[in-house]
Amino acid sequence: MTSSKFLLKGGALPDGTLHDIVIEGELITTVHAGISDPQATVIDATGCVILPGLVDLHTHLRQPGREDAETVESASRAGAKGGFTALSAMANTSPVADNAGVVEQVYRLGQEAGLLDVFPIGAVTQGLKGEALSEIGAMADSVARVRVFSDDGMCVFDPLVMRRALEYIKKFNGVIAQHAQEPRLTVGAQMNEGEISARLGLRGWPAIAEEAIIARDVLLTDHVQSRLHVCHVTTAGGVEIIRWAKARGINVTAEVTPHHLLLTDDLSCSYDPVFKVNPPLRTEKDIHALREALADGTIDIVATDHAPHTMESKECEWQEASFGMLGLETALSIVQKTMVDTGLMKWQDVADRMSKAPATIGGYDQQGQGIAPGNFANLTVVNPSQTWTVDRDLVQSRSRNTPFHGYQLPGVLTHTFYKGKATLLNGVVA
Amino acid sequence: MRHLLSISDLSAHDAIVILDTAAELERVSDGQVKKLPTLRGRTIVNLFAEDSTRTRISFEAAAKRLSADVINFSAKGSSISKGESLKDTAMTLQAMGADAVVIRHSASGAPQRLADSQWMTGSVINAGDGTHEHPSQALLDAFTIRKHLGKGGSNLAGIKVAIVGDVLHSRVARSNVLLLTLLGAHVTLVAPPTLLPVGVESWPVNISYNFDDVVAGVDVVMMLRVQQERMSDLFFPNAREYSRYFGLNLQRLAKMQPHAIIMHPGPMNRGLEIAAEVADSARSVIVEQVANGVSVRMAILYVLLAGAPLESESKL
Repeated sequence: MTSSKFLLKGGALPDGTLHDIVIEGELITTVHAGISDPQATVIDATGCVILPGLVDLHTHLRQPGREDAETVESASRAGAKGGFTALSAMANTSPVADNAGVVEQVYRLGQEAGLLDVFPIGAVTQGLKGEALSEIGAMADSVARVRVFSDDGMCVFDPLVMRRALEYIKKFNGVIAQHAQEPRLTVGAQMNEGEISARLGLRGWPAIAEEAIIARDVLLTDHVQSRLHVCHVTTAGGVEIIRWAKARGINVTAEVTPHHLLLTDDLSCSYDPVFKVNPPLRTEKDIHALREALADGTIDIVATDHAPHTMESKECEWQEASFGMLGLETALSIVQKTMVDTGLMKWQDVADRMSKAPATIGGYDQQGQGIAPGNFANLTVVNPSQTWTVDRDLVQSRSRNTPFHGYQLPGVLTHTFYKGKATLLNGVVA
Repeated sequence: MRHLLSISDLSAHDAIVILDTAAELERVSDGQVKKLPTLRGRTIVNLFAEDSTRTRISFEAAAKRLSADVINFSAKGSSISKGESLKDTAMTLQAMGADAVVIRHSASGAPQRLADSQWMTGSVINAGDGTHEHPSQALLDAFTIRKHLGKGGSNLAGIKVAIVGDVLHSRVARSNVLLLTLLGAHVTLVAPPTLLPVGVESWPVNISYNFDDVVAGVDVVMMLRVQQERMSDLFFPNAREYSRYFGLNLQRLAKMQPHAIIMHPGPMNRGLEIAAEVADSARSVIVEQVANGVSVRMAILYVLLAGAPLESESKL
């Protein structure tokens, strides 16, 4: 890992202005045009956009328990490759992160890897069973300082449990990140319920199963005056409910994944489980609504839901396969393709949706800061005019389950700086 | 064409070639010597990862009448029941030199996974996958309909077919909708709304919730099996109510046109979706469907493994 003095020359800040940036130690020391510094390692950022380091609020790092699919270290490498300086480790590990011991272990593994911040997310309920609250207070007070709680993979379905969790976290301004999936409407569900599922004979996961939980939860959140974050919104109807809730002043935020901004359920026609994900890929109409909502701020952030799986859990029948797809290394390119190159968002908006806003929701004070002297040098350098081809055999992740294999994508990441250290240098992970 | 995974793999011309071939093979089978040497030395594996005696023996009889070597690989007592992956099973069959695999599987899409993979190179024939498709059943149904009502034409133009029952979970219904409409028939699905898939609106069929409205106007009534596990899953209040509204009983039989025929893919639940007297009536061609199944499956094997290229060859 290279840590010294860097001079980034000729790059554009998210607002489009051209500035040189000096990084010394952990901090940005100068942001100005026309700097020269013979002691600094000069990085030519001409033609590049310099973003604040990306922050992912939804990552499956699989450790402890499924180190054959991913580890904190390998996910950190994938994160650095994808321009991230912070990840949020979902709680559905084995054992479940429902106590201070596990979240401190994950936090420590992140520190040891040293490529980015790993912020553990705590389980809402013990063992993700949806019945009894986990040790939320102990996790909040632990070294890991947990603020985001989620049973992701499972929905906190019982309305009373959800209500209590929303109330309890007010004590330390926490947030419940809900995986919105009505379980009774999705028993054995395999893919989006609609024309394609009817034809393929795969059991449907109806949009209403997401929308019903979002509607209930925004009302609960309003009632107890707490804070809700909706994970991976996938439906046009879900977007409408969140828009309504925000207009009413309810404290709700929401995320969309890169894959739900681009891929549709007709990809299931191949029965290739690389396209099997929960919540499932939806329709063109949903994609249109999600993009619009991300652009207008109804959806606050992009989160990857990076979900590594071993080969054997994907190289099988569709209904036997695990849900989930890789996301860290392709996230920024997919956002550029779907949101920037389409004219829906500016780079300034990307900086907000992928860095500032997720850091704010998670309470990550040292992340998502502006590119200004005195702030932590968490930076991502991307060349938006270059393209690259996704190759699942060349990923940093331990798993290969990217749905974008073979895609030519815009936006080549050249450098990532995490607290002044180059974790990605000329496209190579440190 | 190398595989038969879905009726959507076929053009109307392809389907008619298979039906015509079946008619030709049936003529031969009716002669003194039932066996043809066509597939001598070829190995066909019946990979039945889900129980189905009738489809398996039908394919087995078809393969044997074409002189192929047949290996039966069924779920019980095989490595599949011990948790072997589809991939390992496929690679095993490849190593044994299977020229074709006839697969029945509880997972929708399993045959396509086999065909698209690099795990094996032989032909894959879908003998029923989950709630997706059962193309050989649809072909034998079309064959049976054409024999009875075909009016000398090669297709099924203008013939009216009602498919009645659990469309949601029926691979037979999915394949028949595709094939019968491809051949020019008019299909009406009759079912309680709970047993029709969301998305059915886009299918080229009419939908009815009322069997009595439909039964008098059709040339074919095709009944679907109601599986026991649906009883407890809120699709309808109870078996008697289902039977009352969607069963083919003597009263509904009396309303049918004189020339209309009754079909069922089997196995039947007598007294539930079909009354015993109806199943055994002169209008029922259910036993004949079984006999036609062998000829049609011979035709499928013949066309895939030995026949002239089909039209879809070029587009595949």
